Amino acid sequence: MNGRTHPIEAIAAWLLALLWLAPLVYAFWSALHPAAYATSFSLSAPWTLENFARAWQQAPFGRYYLNTIVLVVIILIGQLVLSTLAAYAFARFTFRGSGIAFALVLLQLMIMPDVLIVENYRMIGKLGLLDTIPAIALPYLASAFGIFLLRQTFKSVPQELVEAARVEGAGPLQILWKVYVPLARPTYVAFGLVSVSYHWNNFLWPLIVTNSVESRPLTVGLAVFGAPETGVDWSIITAATVMTMAPLLIAFLLFQRQFVQSFMRAGIR
Amino acid sequence: MTDQAVTAPVAPRRPRSHAWWNAVNAWLLLLPAFVLLIAFTHYPILATIRHSFFLTRRNGTEVFVGSESYQSMAADPIFWKALVNNFWFALGTIPTSITLALLMAIWVNRNMRGRGFLRLAFFTPTVLPMIAVANIWLFFYTPDYGLLDQLRGAFGLAGWNWLGDPSTVMGCLIVMVIWKEAGFFMIFYLAALQQLSPDLEEAAAVEGASRWYTFRRITFPLLMPTTLFVAINAVINSFKLVDHLVIMTKGGPNNASTLLLYYIYEVAFTFQDSAYAATLTVVLLILLSTVALIKFGYLDRRIHYQ
Repeated sequence: MNGRTHPIEAIAAWLLALLWLAPLVYAFWSALHPAAYATSFSLSAPWTLENFARAWQQAPFGRYYLNTIVLVVIILIGQLVLSTLAAYAFARFTFRGSGIAFALVLLQLMIMPDVLIVENYRMIGKLGLLDTIPAIALPYLASAFGIFLLRQTFKSVPQELVEAARVEGAGPLQILWKVYVPLARPTYVAFGLVSVSYHWNNFLWPLIVTNSVESRPLTVGLAVFGAPETGVDWSIITAATVMTMAPLLIAFLLFQRQFVQSFMRAGIR
Repeated sequence: MTDQAVTAPVAPRRPRSHAWWNAVNAWLLLLPAFVLLIAFTHYPILATIRHSFFLTRRNGTEVFVGSESYQSMAADPIFWKALVNNFWFALGTIPTSITLALLMAIWVNRNMRGRGFLRLAFFTPTVLPMIAVANIWLFFYTPDYGLLDQLRGAFGLAGWNWLGDPSTVMGCLIVMVIWKEAGFFMIFYLAALQQLSPDLEEAAAVEGASRWYTFRRITFPLLMPTTLFVAINAVINSFKLVDHLVIMTKGGPNNASTLLLYYIYEVAFTFQDSAYAATLTVVLLILLSTVALIKFGYLDRRIHYQ
């Protein structure tokens, strides 16, 4: 955009940016130095990976990683399939009750599963799924946000393409797969990034429904590990913290532009 | 949500049974999503309301007590504390993070040197797990040993138990949440700014309007829909965000940092009183529904006049 930036503004912007990065820089500093240097910042402090090795030994982080990856993949696939089918129904078919059905979907944008922990716990218990990875995933598989986003995209698909496919004898599902899905690729990427980061980071619900190493995701594992009563020192906790956020952070640094754009796209209604 | 049914013109070409066939197809497509939505959203909402009229006995069974749970809730000082805390938490985080977000967006929207770096710095906290953020910030607030107290020590001040003192704990959490959220809201402003026509600002500049005047009279009013959208999201977030409490304070000291959802979690899973937790959840549902009504009221307006 136009307009010169006033030097004072530039300085303020940079100061704020450094302030914003400081907690992260600190986390990396503490994780990469011996415990003695966790709070004293000297340039001559020796670097070490010892903290990571010890954190890895003291808790089953390998298992936590695996659980989180399985969880995120299950949720993503479930959400993509279910949202695609539902969005197609709303965008493509006129049927009685579609308005009410859509309102019932949108309700979830306001009242997310995060809020209904008590009854959802009961439900998962009734299904006999407590302390499993599917228990963490199930409440999130039908995503109102995904349905909404894809419906908007599907509605913008040119009708000529649909007609052409129909003339060639394609059925509704073939039209969905061959015309709608390919054209909605950017929306799928955007939704995928938002969904993966949300569920990689999610905590309260997994904390409630899991209580064993076999099903715990990274965030819950980190919370158990870093509890003050466990008596682990700061350097090791920061190392574990860095391990928990590293995959997303790396993905973010690599795909920064797509990340920012996907969040932008995700927010526009 | 503009609802011009694009498919409408196609319908008359087919025979009468077409509408029926359409409906069958549509409901089959909706079925998988609806089974899950009903199981984990619609049914739980109704079940919450039903359970709010019950009481959990010591042996785990439940008895119908009518509005008794609501009466004991009204007399429960921790419930009121959580509600008031939630109010201050929202008031403390929302205006500041929105203001900062707008400032950040204006900066990173300019041809400023290092724009990519600034954008990265502001946005990064958004992608971090709240639990990791809580771990990092917990260290800053640790008495004596933590970063904040080391800074105080450099000025000869004694250590302070930041999270252990009812007068400072909420402020500490608010600062941390602002740090976490501002970059997220920045993205919405950035998107909005990029859609604004540069002509307006240029015209204002030609007219000799000052930058502040241009912002106040042109840019900011044009960003109003974004501000409302962000504010509504921020309000919903302020009721949902409790992860950090598990790590940092457990609602303490003396419930000074308890928020409504965290109290629900405690009542249900620490005190095992799921009936009372349901009563508390009803309050949260009412609050969120109010936000929803405002949101859809506002969205409707936007559809009609834009």
